[in-house]
Amino acid sequence: MAAEYIIEMKDINKSFYGVKVLHDVNFKLRPGEIRGLLGENGAGKSTMMRILNGIYSKDSGKVLINGEEKHFSLPKDARDAKIAFVHQEIALSSNLTIAQNMFLGLEKKKGMFLDDAAMRKAAIESIESLGLDLNVDTLVGTLSVAQQQMVEIAKALTQDARVLVLDEPTAALSEKEVRFLFQQMRRLKGKNVAIIFISHRLNEIEEITDTLTVLRDGCIIVDGTPTQGLTSNEIIAMMVGRNVTQFFDGEKPKGTDEIVFEVNNLCNDRVKSVSFQLKRGEILGFGGLVGAGRTEVMRAIFGLDPVEGGEMRLHGQRIVNKSPRQAIQNQFGFVSEDRKQNGLILVHSIARNLTMNVTSSFIKGIRYDKAKEKKIVDEYGAKLSIKMSGIDQLCQYLSGGNQQKVVISKWLASGSDVLIMDEPTRGVDVGAKSEIYRLMHQLAQEGISIIMVSSELPELINISSRIAVMHEGELNKIFEHEELTQYDADTLQKRIMFYATGERD
Amino acid sequence: MTVEKNKRMFKNIFQGVGGAFFALIIIVAALCIFTDTFATRLNFVNLLKQITCNCLLSFGLTCCLITGFPDLSVGSHVALATVEVCMFQNMGLSLELSILLTLVIGVVIGATNGFIFSRTGMPAYIVTLGMQNVLRGIAYVLTNGGAVIVANDVGMRFFNLSNATIGNWIPYSTLILVVSFVVINTMLKRTVFGRHMYAVGGNSSTAVYSGIDVKNIRLIVYTISGLLAAMAGVLTASRVYSGQPTTGVGFEGEAIASAVLGGVSFTGGIGTLSGSLIGILIMGVMSNGMNLLQINYYWQLVVKGVIILVAVYFDQVKRSKVK
Repeated sequence: MAAEYIIEMKDINKSFYGVKVLHDVNFKLRPGEIRGLLGENGAGKSTMMRILNGIYSKDSGKVLINGEEKHFSLPKDARDAKIAFVHQEIALSSNLTIAQNMFLGLEKKKGMFLDDAAMRKAAIESIESLGLDLNVDTLVGTLSVAQQQMVEIAKALTQDARVLVLDEPTAALSEKEVRFLFQQMRRLKGKNVAIIFISHRLNEIEEITDTLTVLRDGCIIVDGTPTQGLTSNEIIAMMVGRNVTQFFDGEKPKGTDEIVFEVNNLCNDRVKSVSFQLKRGEILGFGGLVGAGRTEVMRAIFGLDPVEGGEMRLHGQRIVNKSPRQAIQNQFGFVSEDRKQNGLILVHSIARNLTMNVTSSFIKGIRYDKAKEKKIVDEYGAKLSIKMSGIDQLCQYLSGGNQQKVVISKWLASGSDVLIMDEPTRGVDVGAKSEIYRLMHQLAQEGISIIMVSSELPELINISSRIAVMHEGELNKIFEHEELTQYDADTLQKRIMFYATGERD
Repeated sequence: MTVEKNKRMFKNIFQGVGGAFFALIIIVAALCIFTDTFATRLNFVNLLKQITCNCLLSFGLTCCLITGFPDLSVGSHVALATVEVCMFQNMGLSLELSILLTLVIGVVIGATNGFIFSRTGMPAYIVTLGMQNVLRGIAYVLTNGGAVIVANDVGMRFFNLSNATIGNWIPYSTLILVVSFVVINTMLKRTVFGRHMYAVGGNSSTAVYSGIDVKNIRLIVYTISGLLAAMAGVLTASRVYSGQPTTGVGFEGEAIASAVLGGVSFTGGIGTLSGSLIGILIMGVMSNGMNLLQINYYWQLVVKGVIILVAVYFDQVKRSKVK
């Protein structure tokens, strides 16, 4: 007889270098259950999942699969126990085809040789069972991030998993793709597959999960509580242990009437005739589905991509940003969506990163004014309350939120008037999120004009003075400040989605 | 107070290369104990002469590696420069003009490397590997494979450049090393350009987003490496009094190994010139010591190869730890 629980983790403890990261963790999961796993960054979610995956070994406690005690020392052991993981970062080889990726490490063989026909057949079945329209001979590198994510899930399914662990699978997905993913999750649930769903997006947790497990500081706060009936604020309170306002609750910056920056009919191969105006002291939100061309507009403005048509005006004067260098001279700043790739030099110190754009203000010829450098770092460190052990601490040791603050400081130090922020809160925890919102608000009040690209609707709605919505390279709609105040949050989300999917009045 | 200041300076110079510095002391101590020829004036002068070439190449490679990628053409560049500087003199040009021309050609070769790498986006490894063969080939073509002896060295001025000493202790060529060290160290530590070199090597994409002129920084860094390789060639020629198209094989490997031993990261963005200097001294003392201990040259190659592997391995370990 099958056990009641497909997974049972009992009194799991784990320490790293004497620091306890999991305290007596107890976790139970039934077949066919969709469980939301929640906690701030560093709460122990990943450690817990890595123990389940066999990447980390536990210090004490038991892991029972289907009532039987198991010892996982390698990811292969978890795979053999029919537990499949889809990690946050895509772990596919871009130079291999979909079918090859799906059987990577599990290749089917005929005698000594690969049995490609059998693998292709199984891959096609799996892709079709997910309702995907993809050719299994396509190279993974040519797929969109969302498609790759689906291939990851298909791969997990070819292993005939009884438990599927999805670690922030929606981070890179557009709203439409999230819908599709949820549909698949419900279908798997119908087949009695248990799913552990990790996400920072509460609305998704509320929508898709049956029950919740909340971790805080390595302890289980609740395990298996039904999701229904809990409000977002109650869930957040469990995670952070105090009542916080879910998002930024202050009044939105209205901005002045002074037009700082203007874009008229901006075009290139990804952007179709985009026009908008940016006022002093406002936060102009850019919403839309992933791939709608929002980042591309920002790249063109900042001189990273060529502009083929249209004009830009700063304070009424026509300007051209042919390179980031020129954009910076024109007082633009760009907090890019991928801070590790484009925002920071992880192996360098906070001081180095923060002063990167203003080095020439304290190094003149061979005269290096270290005191002045420190003054700049201290000033922004204090203003943005960056948590650091010293200005020489390397950025790779900082949390996501603090890294983001260093990137923002870098642009503030160089005196940016127009600050473009692409997904400013991606990969930062709830606490740091609201801190960044407060900071953006403060900057707007100090007269900085902010353009914020965001894929999270609540973020857009809560922070923006006005919201521009894009669809397939076109700017479809701009919600003015008055319009934003006239709707309630729910209606507004629907209105934004309406324009983001390409509908028009 | 001065003690305090000295202490701080000492700490700054050897920051992050504690292990290498310790290894150097051990090797020197061992050689002092196990040979009676190591700790002599003659050997000291000899050692300074021996490290000159690798030292200049290593300074150049340190700049290249800090900016992200190595320059593999420096070994054959040395060979070509030895040939050039001797041929120019045999053509009747003055010593000064011959050296100047060799250095100018060095700058052009380095700039060519840098230009191709930064403008075409071809990998630096391939560009400089190709240049390695081109330069070696030209050196052979110019000499038909044989050595070029300087026929007419008035007053032995060319010879003395590497071989005459100050007060019987310091070869003149060592002064060139000191000046090079001071100039490059200042550039790395105290100029905006140096700052930007580290930024480009640490994360070139972030550097682009910060408006740093990545292409021209790469161009200039490879030009510096070319200039230093030409200088190394001039001094090598003056030491043996001839141009040798066969010299310099594998010098780039030794120069890279010295830099990496001294804490310069193979993946860019990390390292100091003082660290490299320690690496250079380790490599120099090792080969000098092995000669004194009469270890077969072929075995010396094996030992050096192992040192390179070990140094890069430690760099790897260090990096995976910080991740």
